[in-house]
Amino acid sequence: MTQIDILDQTGGALAESVPSEPVVPVVRQRRSFSVGLSYLWLGLVVALAALVPLLPVSDFDIAAGDPRLSPGFGPFDLLLGTDNFGRSILSRILYGGRVSLVIGLVAGVLAFVIGTFLGLLAGYFGRWVDAVITYVTDALLAFPPLILLLSISAVTKPSLFTLCVGLTILVIPSFVRLSRANTIAWRSREFVRAARNMGATSPRIMRREILPNVLPTVASYLPLVIASLIVAEGSLSFLGLGIPAPTPSWGGMISEGKDSLSDSPHLTLIPALVVFLTVFALNQIGDSLRARFDRTAAD
Amino acid sequence: MPTVAGSGAAHLRGEEALLSVEDLVVEYRTSAGVVQAVSKVSFDVLPGETLGIVGESGCGKSTTGRAVLRLDTITSGRIRFRDRAIEQLGDRDMRALRREMQMIFQDPIGSLNPRRPVRELVVEGLAVAGASKKAQEEAAGRVLAAVGLADERFRDLRARRLSGGQAQRVAIARALAVEPQLLICDEPVSALDVSVQAQILNLVEDLKRDLGLTVVFIAHDLSVVRTVSDRVMVMYLGKVCEYGEPESVYAHPAHPYTRALLDSVPQPDTVDGFSGPALEGDLPSPLSPPSGCRFRTRCPRADEQCATEEPQVREIRQGQFAACHHPLPVPDVPVASGGAAVPAVPVAAG
Repeated sequence: MTQIDILDQTGGALAESVPSEPVVPVVRQRRSFSVGLSYLWLGLVVALAALVPLLPVSDFDIAAGDPRLSPGFGPFDLLLGTDNFGRSILSRILYGGRVSLVIGLVAGVLAFVIGTFLGLLAGYFGRWVDAVITYVTDALLAFPPLILLLSISAVTKPSLFTLCVGLTILVIPSFVRLSRANTIAWRSREFVRAARNMGATSPRIMRREILPNVLPTVASYLPLVIASLIVAEGSLSFLGLGIPAPTPSWGGMISEGKDSLSDSPHLTLIPALVVFLTVFALNQIGDSLRARFDRTAAD
Repeated sequence: MPTVAGSGAAHLRGEEALLSVEDLVVEYRTSAGVVQAVSKVSFDVLPGETLGIVGESGCGKSTTGRAVLRLDTITSGRIRFRDRAIEQLGDRDMRALRREMQMIFQDPIGSLNPRRPVRELVVEGLAVAGASKKAQEEAAGRVLAAVGLADERFRDLRARRLSGGQAQRVAIARALAVEPQLLICDEPVSALDVSVQAQILNLVEDLKRDLGLTVVFIAHDLSVVRTVSDRVMVMYLGKVCEYGEPESVYAHPAHPYTRALLDSVPQPDTVDGFSGPALEGDLPSPLSPPSGCRFRTRCPRADEQCATEEPQVREIRQGQFAACHHPLPVPDVPVASGGAAVPAVPVAAG
């Protein structure tokens, strides 16, 4: 019951006086050039797609000039040339971007929300909750994705809604797994035990203690998933199972152009290039976000 | 009183105890079988008292602490806190009772959520209890001042930017915010530098005095436990070896394991080396603990009786209890206060 002052070699100085605030030099985050360009490209595509009705381009379903004009300087509308029916490719790219981006974003975010929640439940509660969720997830992962999408398209009339639903189901498992694995890692931390000892209920522990730690990791995968969803939508449209004509989508445009690939390659190459750049940008952004927020290894 | 093979409860002091644990058993299921981490452990703590629990890694001391708070599942046994039977409480009652029994963990940084600021962390217990924002803010200021972190700049820091000592202060502040009666400290200083250890120990000591706390102090460091404790309990492989006042336990241990623990403390003078002969062998696997006395495989005094019959906790000397068939006698040579300096007792036959 004695105070052990012998050990306190600081003479209590540390405990008593609080030093003035230390000056910490600002750490400059190194910015990658390609990631900067990626943000720029994505911002441009999103802004133009959002504002396309205000731009001086013709509608996506009416002829703006002669069929299969090559890209070239001239009227803004014909900057990227025209397709088989003389419709402005620029206009169709931008309207198609709305479809591709909306599908990618909606399906990605929906799957992110549902998957994170299910993974949290599975990882936190374990036992039969985990068994059921993992079982369903594994079954879904084992199912060939294209077959799943084809059967959804076969059963229902392809529309924006059914495409979103199908693609959401397709990517939920990856979020479940990620969220579950992270939850398991955080669940056994001492601060969770401390929260329980404060009388916190399970929902509160999940919401206040675990979710804030799991969320950044899972969210940083979102751009990567959106990128793969844009590709998936493109593949479906290419197979003719995407958004029905005349509404353009990037995959659909590639598909329409493929027959005249030899004489008018720009019909295929322009949408393909846009898809490539967008997906590449999303992957770059996703990787940089992951490096920054995925602290599973760092903590 | 228990007559079955077990560690016995001769050292319990009955009704006036704030916390009383009887025949506590905690088991873990592993792929290799069931591990009994705590095996029929009994102890009690009087109000305002500090009980030190010592033992090497894996002896079940931390598990005991967690089981008392029901943070680990209790297999069997009785835990009474004031007049509530903890092992029988429903989840709802237990949640309310938890705030009267708080715990400080070994890893100070790991016990704080890295994504929440200090001002939120310390009043988590009050937030759970549904206190108003204003009450929470006041409490945060009060407890942070009590642990020496009154400076405003700490309030918005996140746990990962705190040093080990600061984090442990925050953890203590968090425990104090709910005004507990019982504080269980699970190796609160073993992850800290020596100078910081002293600060934290003094802090716990001051708070205990000012707030009238009852403390269970779990540690593997003998000198730390001696400094803070009114009673010491030595554990080995899930069992109680020895229990008593630190003065007598440290000066003339009755259990050979306590002797061995004390002997393993390095001497300040390098010429002297360690205080006594080192303990041979490793901790046996808890999956298949030795029959009879669990310490017999490493005990210099073990014989056939130790292999067949499990020793009960019994009073060896006034106020000193041990679970041993062949307890060590008080050495003839009176020893100076430094208990660790007692020369090794020659091994007596039988």
